[in-house]
Amino acid sequence: MLKGSSVDARSTKREKVIDRLEQNNKQVPSRIPVSEQTPKERVSNFNEVTLGYTAEQAVAEASRCLQCKLAPCIQGCPVGISIPSFIKLIKEGNFRGAINKIKEKNCLPTVCGRVCPQENQCEKLCTLGKKGEPVAIGRLERFVADYERESGKISLPKKKEPTDKKVAVVGSGPAGLTCAGDLAKLGHKVTIFEALHKPGGVLLYGIPEFRLPKAVVESEISYIKKLGVEIKTNMVVGKITTIDELFYEGYDAIFIGVGAGLPRFLKVPGENFNGIYSANEFLTRVNLMKAYLFPKYDTPIKKGENVVVVGGGNVAMDSARTALRLGAKKVYLLYRRAKEDMPARKEEVQHAKEEGIDFRILATPKRFIGIEGRVSAAECVETRLGELDNSGRRKPVIKEGSEFLLAVDVVIVAIGAKANPLLPKATPGLKLYKEGYIATDQNCVTSKEGIFAGGDIVTGSATVISAMGTGRKATLEIDRYLATLK
Amino acid sequence: MFKILDKEKLALSIFRFEIEAPKIARKAKAGQFVILRLDEQGERIPLTICDFDEKKSSISLVLQEVGKTTQQLASLSCGDCIADVVGPLGKPSEIKNFGTVVCVAGGVGAAVILPVARVLKGVGNKIITILGARSEELLILEEELSLISDEFFIMTDDGSKGRCGVCTDILKELIEGGCDISRVVAIGPVIMMKFVCKTTEPHKIKTVVSLNSIMVDGTGMCGSCRVTVGGETKFCCVDGPEFDGHLVDFDELINRQRMYLEEESLSLELHDVKRVECRCKKHKKREGN
Ligand code: FES
Repeated sequence: MLKGSSVDARSTKREKVIDRLEQNNKQVPSRIPVSEQTPKERVSNFNEVTLGYTAEQAVAEASRCLQCKLAPCIQGCPVGISIPSFIKLIKEGNFRGAINKIKEKNCLPTVCGRVCPQENQCEKLCTLGKKGEPVAIGRLERFVADYERESGKISLPKKKEPTDKKVAVVGSGPAGLTCAGDLAKLGHKVTIFEALHKPGGVLLYGIPEFRLPKAVVESEISYIKKLGVEIKTNMVVGKITTIDELFYEGYDAIFIGVGAGLPRFLKVPGENFNGIYSANEFLTRVNLMKAYLFPKYDTPIKKGENVVVVGGGNVAMDSARTALRLGAKKVYLLYRRAKEDMPARKEEVQHAKEEGIDFRILATPKRFIGIEGRVSAAECVETRLGELDNSGRRKPVIKEGSEFLLAVDVVIVAIGAKANPLLPKATPGLKLYKEGYIATDQNCVTSKEGIFAGGDIVTGSATVISAMGTGRKATLEIDRYLATLK
Repeated sequence: MFKILDKEKLALSIFRFEIEAPKIARKAKAGQFVILRLDEQGERIPLTICDFDEKKSSISLVLQEVGKTTQQLASLSCGDCIADVVGPLGKPSEIKNFGTVVCVAGGVGAAVILPVARVLKGVGNKIITILGARSEELLILEEELSLISDEFFIMTDDGSKGRCGVCTDILKELIEGGCDISRVVAIGPVIMMKFVCKTTEPHKIKTVVSLNSIMVDGTGMCGSCRVTVGGETKFCCVDGPEFDGHLVDFDELINRQRMYLEEESLSLELHDVKRVECRCKKHKKREGN
């Protein structure tokens, strides 16, 4: 590749873009759109909704980047990817170079390119975004990551000389995988302990196929394995072994990234009727156990005709859209706060709407009614916004007398998670916060020597990328700690 | 992969499997369970650990053929493998010298109660066992249980062995006869456990039951196993499986266990069709013993 000439071409182009911005009344060329399955088509399959850029589209989109010196986008990235550099490489047609650049900082690019809330992170800070649409950083990341995956030639980074240090990573979700991959690159011997029969954590059981194909997750995991990480499944740490025993078995440091775990319920009458699921259960049955392929796969699920989903986060959107794909005729989504307060990504809300999910904002179930033990209706009530609560949002207050009934046969409760006490309880001396989350400092250091923690078990429910961010932080700290051991 | 080391038919459609699982064998305690998945298409089902042998690196599970998965498992033989076994899960039984403990076991519950009764006996309790089943051919572990019991009763619904009637008949007689019972452990069909609790409640005899709700992960992550205990929602897999029987909402549990009846029977039907086809093609793989 004629690097010199393309660099020149780039700088003149960039000047041109800036000029144009100034001349054309600060008009920014708009984003290259990405193709998607149409709503009508996609509600009847589990295939991925967003199809991704072609090479030409990616190069064109990459050319929109201004290559700002200050690169504000990097500040928005929890793992600090050199965003302008990889975009420049895409523009030059050097897709391999681009993916390698990303992989310096991110072990799971095909995942992040799909599920990161870029609009609140890197893309939010993009200079172009001030005048128009920001560069589609997430889609570009996904493009090069898929490019490499589909080529079948996955390049491995240079690993440091093997140290004689062993690290146990508990949990194989985004935090654990990141930490394990990074530590392996630093030459340490890493073993992951996963409670379920397959690794991937929330990437596998939580996020549906149509948003994150399982083949993508599997290829990321095989990459982590190629880095030398060993993965032991069916290992519930806290039961079959404990943190203290792991030290005894010769591990020098331990990273805990087990996720938040325990689902929250509404605590309203009738919640244990058949047909009422936590989002965790509903999604696990469908994604991990493949209940949508029942009876070919043995795990059953109740496919409702009329479904109510309660909650306003990504998990609620995932549940609603999954219910639709299982064949529901009508899916309601109840959210007790204002629409602007919904924690879900805009794109997910948008997709859910296009697919026909019926949003009932400012409403919540009051009780469930059942016939012969099966839920048959949800008695709901409207809410209005009261005073600010400690989350900084206005607190929903029930409007007396505003009850209404929805006839339903499946209910999915997606109102978040609590800390799962299983592992902390089996680890005496580990300091916890009030709600049972593991207490750590800024650098993922817990109260017990040699133990580090990150992801949802520390922060409470958050995003895949922020979990990965803590996994990365922990890596640096663990590496530092291991160096102090003789 | 977990290898089947031994298989024994205990009674009509009831089998005992010994499975190689060194780590679980080392950690298991009476009252805990495992979750297993037979193969890639399999569901995850909980089964109580009936015995564990650290020296042989094995655990024993007893199961009755009721659905597709248990039938499929029952058709495996020595040397075959099970894809996944995870455990030990749940809290172990509370073991103490309570005094006199009455163990009420119904059906395959006998296998679950055996290790508990054994340890309770070991710490000095007087053990009175009431073993019940629908009929003689469904009675299991009679010898093993009678061996560790100070008093031993058999009840069958049809009177084909022991006395004719239900377990609670004897329990009532013991209570009314002035037997000083410190604790009752009841493990078996939900309906039996419910009636045992109804019998002991007026006499304020602490009664512990082991619940078998529908599970997926077994680690508190999904809530599929939720039961109402003392008006509160508890997760059977992490808060149980043993609970104070006087606080359990048995009717809700019975209902929740029936959640997938239609799906289960469909699954079973398809499996039966496949089995018949297999047999016709002389692909005889099932029923090793
Ligand atoms: S089986 Fe999932 S929480 Fe108990």
